[in-house]
Amino acid sequence: MTIRIINMRRNEEPLGADGVSGVAWKGRDVISILDFSRPELGSLFAAADEFIGPPRPRKDLADRIVATAFFEPSTRTRLSFTTAALRLGAKVIDLSPDFSSILKGESLHDTTMMLEGYSDLIVMRHPSEGAALLAAELSSVPVINGGDGSQHHPSQAMLDLFTVRRLKGRIDGLTFTVLGDNRYARSATSFLYGLTKFKPKMVYVVSPESLRHRPEITKKLKELGLRFEIRSDIEQVIGATDVLYLTRIQKERFPDLDDYEKVKGSYKLTKEVLAKGRGGFIVLHPLPRSTELPYDVDSTKSAAYMTQAHLGVPLRMALLLKVLGGGKA
Amino acid sequence: MGATVVTRKTAKPSDDKTTMLVRKIPDGSVIDHIAAGKALSVLRLLGNPQENGFTIALVMNVSSSKMGRKDIVKVEGLEVSQEQVQRLALIAPRASVNIVRSYRVVAKRNAVPPRILRGILSCTSPTCVSVRERESAPSIFFLSGRSPLRYRCKYCGTELAEKEISSQLG
Repeated sequence: MTIRIINMRRNEEPLGADGVSGVAWKGRDVISILDFSRPELGSLFAAADEFIGPPRPRKDLADRIVATAFFEPSTRTRLSFTTAALRLGAKVIDLSPDFSSILKGESLHDTTMMLEGYSDLIVMRHPSEGAALLAAELSSVPVINGGDGSQHHPSQAMLDLFTVRRLKGRIDGLTFTVLGDNRYARSATSFLYGLTKFKPKMVYVVSPESLRHRPEITKKLKELGLRFEIRSDIEQVIGATDVLYLTRIQKERFPDLDDYEKVKGSYKLTKEVLAKGRGGFIVLHPLPRSTELPYDVDSTKSAAYMTQAHLGVPLRMALLLKVLGGGKA
Repeated sequence: MGATVVTRKTAKPSDDKTTMLVRKIPDGSVIDHIAAGKALSVLRLLGNPQENGFTIALVMNVSSSKMGRKDIVKVEGLEVSQEQVQRLALIAPRASVNIVRSYRVVAKRNAVPPRILRGILSCTSPTCVSVRERESAPSIFFLSGRSPLRYRCKYCGTELAEKEISSQLG
């Protein structure tokens, strides 16, 4: 991997006018990145910076229990939250839907009420939009949304912005291209929501027509003042792009698999396309990948997605520490 | 059943003349400026008062200078509550309600769509938690547009347009 992580002590991006003072993190639910201000995100990133590098034994959360409840498959989100909790000295309990009363039809309501009683924080992923919000309303312990249907994935968006900041030194003033399944990929939508907190030079949203955002998402991005253009061809914008955010087609979310078959393989980041990119531009991908991201891209200077995945641990360490309020965040 | 439906194919444009289609009521409510064709939906929203013995007059598809065509509902002996007026706004956003006592209008209430709706609408997204966990998850919608009327699901952000709202309530 050829990605160089910039020393943020020297390249600190200015925070918002109100700095980080008065930011209330402790006990807070993390449902959508839209709920967080730029200064709050800046504070989180600064805390995560401290966890970059070789891990040291920590006891910040030694008396805490983190529950992971993933009703959908996950590799990076579940494991990086688990690793983050363990690195901070917390214990982790895991609800496996395949071996729990969920198989007997237990409701999200009752499952949440149990997790609330057994843990100090719940990290939840669920196929239904709004599940984490509902759980947060029910639970007296904080809930972190690890992805709800095709809607939000706040810690992924925080991680993605943190990665951009680490690798490019800033978020403001850059040109972003979000390519892929913008209809169903929650990470793409959450990333765009996250960008509304900053001042990108331009955002290009590229996808086949049937995978464009739902009208209410486009409307919301406009309301939030994001400067973006919808395009259908990556080659039109690759030369102007600083950060390319790529997602796979979310086959599992298509109501009708015939519709999936129509768009399957409809876009791909080839080396030929990459060659048209400007110097220093990076490719992010929340992973897992499908055919849109060939393995031969991994050896290019632009490939940043493995670094992005690895930064999930320090970012989520900072997030857990802030929400649980242990130690110095 | 006390409902009386009065229709006239050649309704004249003047509101004064159209209101003469039905006699004045001594006490009750006159709901005006209902979109043409929605009068029966309004009655359903009011809980079908005719089934509880109230006398109803419906005037349907009459000319209106403001709306082109409109319906009017008169309910004798029943004063529509403020809460009912708010709900009326969901299917008849331009409706106005006159409360009548002893043949005189004593109060005018305009339909104002409620900012929050609980347990009234259902989300149309099959993957919304309020649909999949219907038994334990509440249905909550926020007003997201007045003209045209739109409500947004609290949980998944799906917006319901006026037509969908009307069809759910009608």
